[in-house]
Amino acid sequence: MINYLPRYILTFVILVLAQVLLLNNVQLSGYLNPYIYVLFILSLPFETPKWALLLLAIVLGMTIDLFTHTVGMHASATVFMAFLRPALLRSLEPRDGYQLETYPSIRDYGLTWYFQYAGILILAHHLFLFYVEIFKLSLFFQTLSRALLSALFSLILILLIKLFIKK
Amino acid sequence: MQNLLRFLLKYHFTLLFVLLEALAILLLLQNNNYQNTQFVELARNVQGTFYEQSMRVEQYLRLREKNQQLVEENERLRNYIATNLRAERDTFRRRVDTTYGQQYSYLSARVINNSVNKQHNFITLDKGEEDGVAPEMGVISGQGVVGVIRGVSDHFSTAISLLNSELRVSAKLSGTGYYGPLNWTGRDYRYATLADIPLHATLSRGDTVITSGYSAIFPEGISIGFVESYEEKGGRFYEVDVELSTNFKRLSNVYIVKNVLSEEQNQLENNLPADD
Repeated sequence: MINYLPRYILTFVILVLAQVLLLNNVQLSGYLNPYIYVLFILSLPFETPKWALLLLAIVLGMTIDLFTHTVGMHASATVFMAFLRPALLRSLEPRDGYQLETYPSIRDYGLTWYFQYAGILILAHHLFLFYVEIFKLSLFFQTLSRALLSALFSLILILLIKLFIKK
Repeated sequence: MQNLLRFLLKYHFTLLFVLLEALAILLLLQNNNYQNTQFVELARNVQGTFYEQSMRVEQYLRLREKNQQLVEENERLRNYIATNLRAERDTFRRRVDTTYGQQYSYLSARVINNSVNKQHNFITLDKGEEDGVAPEMGVISGQGVVGVIRGVSDHFSTAISLLNSELRVSAKLSGTGYYGPLNWTGRDYRYATLADIPLHATLSRGDTVITSGYSAIFPEGISIGFVESYEEKGGRFYEVDVELSTNFKRLSNVYIVKNVLSEEQNQLENNLPADD
């Protein structure tokens, strides 16, 4: 635990900065907002205690919220995503279980596995986020398409990051 | 106790999730104006629909009584027209409403929620922004003053009831014309207090209290109630107990009063140089 703590703190800071300084200014056709900061929750080790997962999620979400002046919005979406993670990991578990000293990453479990894992969680996060942001059901399909496209965009970015940066 | 602990331990993840999510949503609603208004509007619409349904049933059960009330109101209106037409003949003192056009217009509405037992009572009506209702319009019934519109959503509006200690209505004694603020005391839904009536005014039990028409919300002469009793307060004024003419426990058909010229009046009054 203690030896990868600095690395995760660094990841946290880098992801938040990249999100706030770079990606929040990206708005493709006024429509797509990629949110890659969720990569932090995705890359936490398998044996992270569940309660710590939720607490880290709300801290991460709140940090993003502080920069975007949307108190509670990203926090609620990220907590929701973190809540889904343990159940999803269980259902995607390989036959012989998750090995010690491995991480939820492409290198350890392959592209297909990671695509499913990251894809579902990012989608859940984005759907929650975009609906909380609009906070009504009258623009249901417009919000749905925004969430889907943004989730796809975020997923591609996160896959690229994972492919090019070895951890 | 042990079972509770075991329960907490077993479901700590879900419980913590619910707790944190609730916290996040709460913060969201408190700090973000947009989401907050959306939420309030949703709540008001849900509330309104619910009360509308339950009121529909209740109204059906009271049809006979309502009919009676309508007949009485018709009678009163006919009389009113008759007296008014006569008054109109003695020409130019009453130009305000006739040659300059209509100053007040009325919209009928139904009460779908009402209370009389709180300190701050509110009334929900089934007409909203789409019907042209806006805050600060008056609400009256066939019997007298009811309240003032406070909040409006698309199809519903909430009015601050006369039975709300925050509402003050400018009222006067119909005989002598002495006026003062009328305010609910918060004790009994049948009585309100009219203050600031000077000691030299002659008062007697049963005198009619009507709206003064000074506030740009209600037209002049809408009935409020009758003098029940009065006593000297502070040596300079009477405090008058007024029995309200509207029965707030049986409120169902009301009219929303729109003062077409209220903006003009308020603007003019606000432009006056402050004298204090």
